[in-house]
Amino acid sequence: MSLDILVLAGGISHERDISLRSGRRLADGLLAHGATVTIRDPDATLLGYIREHRPDVVWPALHGASGEDGALRGLLDFLGVPYVGASADAARLAWDKPTAKTVASRAGVPTPASITLPREAFRELGAIGILEEISDEFAGPLVVKPAQGGSSQGVTILEDRAGLPRAMVDAYTYWDVVLIEQRISGTEISIGVLDTGDGPVALPAVEIEPVHGVYSYEARYTAGETHFYTPARISDEVAARAAGHALEAHQALGLRHLSRVDFIIDGAGTPFFLEANVMPGLTETSVYPIALEAAGYDVGLAYAALASAARG
Amino acid sequence: MSDTRGTNLDPWYDSYAARAAGLAASEVRALFAVASRPEVVSLAGGMPYVSALPRDLVQGALDRVLSEHGPQAMQYGSGQGLPRLREQILEVMALEGIRAGVDDLVVTTGSQHGLELITKLFIDPGDVVLAEAPTYVTALVVFKSFEADVQHVMTDEHGLVPEALRERIAELKAAGRRIKFLYTIPSFSNPSGVTIPWERRTEILQICRTEGILVLEDDPYGLLWFDAPPPHAMRSVEEDGVVFLGTFSKTLAPGFRVGWVLAPHAIREKLILANEAAILSPSSFAQYTISEYLSSADWRGQIDTFRGVYRERRDAMLAALDDYLPDLSWTTPNGGFYVWLTLPEFLDSKAMLPRAVKELVAYTPGTAFYADGSGRSRIRLSFCYPTPAFIREGIRRLSVVINGELDLLGEFGQTSPLPAVRSTTEAVFVPPTSLT
Repeated sequence: MSLDILVLAGGISHERDISLRSGRRLADGLLAHGATVTIRDPDATLLGYIREHRPDVVWPALHGASGEDGALRGLLDFLGVPYVGASADAARLAWDKPTAKTVASRAGVPTPASITLPREAFRELGAIGILEEISDEFAGPLVVKPAQGGSSQGVTILEDRAGLPRAMVDAYTYWDVVLIEQRISGTEISIGVLDTGDGPVALPAVEIEPVHGVYSYEARYTAGETHFYTPARISDEVAARAAGHALEAHQALGLRHLSRVDFIIDGAGTPFFLEANVMPGLTETSVYPIALEAAGYDVGLAYAALASAARG
Repeated sequence: MSDTRGTNLDPWYDSYAARAAGLAASEVRALFAVASRPEVVSLAGGMPYVSALPRDLVQGALDRVLSEHGPQAMQYGSGQGLPRLREQILEVMALEGIRAGVDDLVVTTGSQHGLELITKLFIDPGDVVLAEAPTYVTALVVFKSFEADVQHVMTDEHGLVPEALRERIAELKAAGRRIKFLYTIPSFSNPSGVTIPWERRTEILQICRTEGILVLEDDPYGLLWFDAPPPHAMRSVEEDGVVFLGTFSKTLAPGFRVGWVLAPHAIREKLILANEAAILSPSSFAQYTISEYLSSADWRGQIDTFRGVYRERRDAMLAALDDYLPDLSWTTPNGGFYVWLTLPEFLDSKAMLPRAVKELVAYTPGTAFYADGSGRSRIRLSFCYPTPAFIREGIRRLSVVINGELDLLGEFGQTSPLPAVRSTTEAVFVPPTSLT
């Protein structure tokens, strides 16, 4: 039976443009496998539309707030409409990077040392003093990023401390909580997790090597600016360890259907958890579809299987 | 599709021309995607308020085109443009003091296309184009695509400063550089909104005549004045040294994509050939429709209507700036679409844009309007599209954004003046016409 799928794409997050692209690619894949697909930009008419049309499945291909923070998923639960991806509660955990790191760490998955700093802390305790403490505490390069959000927006990699105040400003411009993380040098990989009803499986690790060294917004979304290696150029043992950690993080966070877990592997072969994405990008240059293809899946068929799994 | 040698997802990556190197995804452009949402007050785009154009005026023109000129309107046309429309364009230009012959005109696909053709005809890689600081973002895109070296000339509240032009030319010539033309928007400039007074216009023409530099006069807004008409066009007193770009995008509607170039005869002949090489002929259908509109509608009255609409919006923006951001400074345009806002010199308008998107207001960061990375503490505000009430709300939201950013920068001791950043394509490739 042909599924009637409502793909949500766009929204008013900073990642609207990426979401629109993911949504169109997703819809193409689903249409190619017989689904009936409607794409909508979520707005004030959305809930009424869902009540009236009752799609079989909703696929929130939304990146950023409301799509990934659990808010919209909670409303879909309320409406009793099945949807692809993590539940509202699980999405909330994964969406907040410090929380996700804590959950992953408790599940035994290594994650870089970090400190989480809400803007209020700086107001109360004084920014300069806090930054001096941080500089003393962490050796080596740092990554400064908004605690929520994706696509490397607001992220700065710092080789020295002089740029720390500016990096904090740039991150706080996106979100009121900032994560400062020890920068681990090594191999950057992403592992997609797929669960079409038979339990989660880890897709082959995709190694990410940006042409200009940093996996920035430009490197992510300009074809040619990043080399992807599948399988990643790591030993089988390290690959197996990373895959295991990806599944552990996926399960500890309570994710379902699909996720993408990002790691950096240090010189000793330890994969460090960076973050988990409940709705990975599905654009032409996104890692998740690359991983699906590397695993031998027809991408559109995999999307259709995910929608069926969500429908139950 | 992928193996251990890796893939970069673009098999043609090594085949692109060098000039395509900067054509990359941009975080700033991505942020602008949010501007199309109705919740967002966009002060970013330069879209004319075409709803002020009565539908029946266009409908009547369309009906007559189909009933009286159907086969011709749907056929290829002359590479120079429809003769009847060119005659009518002479009437439009006469409002700005320009006298010319119908053969001196070439109709183009918007004046943007005219700008590209002129650049194509004149610019070899490395040639110098002089331009106001700041200048039209998509002119910079065109100049960059032909690998021109854009050298800015200082402006003040009266536009381009002649003495600065003289000095810049002397410096460049002393360095052995080839200056091909001066690009200027003398009336209600985009982005600054300022207008060059008549005395300066003649002085600039004199300088360029003496130095053998062609003037490319871009005039999209000259007829959209509010309080008093701007001085006559520079082309009105200089035939041989000025190429004039005109458009119906602001006085009628940009959807027709019809503009024109008025050029000295030798340049015009090459322009016609270049136009044919690029597009064979400008849209016959659009030209016939505009021609019918100009024949039958009160187009001068319609321009008055547009002036009234934009004047009200300009007033709303200036009043809101007075009320919500009284400590900042801005230009007071007497026409056109834009106000140019100056922030404290340590504020980076591009870095602040994500906060603006969160607050549901959009603007264009100042760096978009410079080829050299300047303009970080400037913002272009458009008043052409949102209603006066939305403009006021947009400025209120902007004040929240700016004050929030000032607090943040103060907390982190980031209050030193910003250095100019290296010119980036990200700054340049902001498509103003796609911003809503």
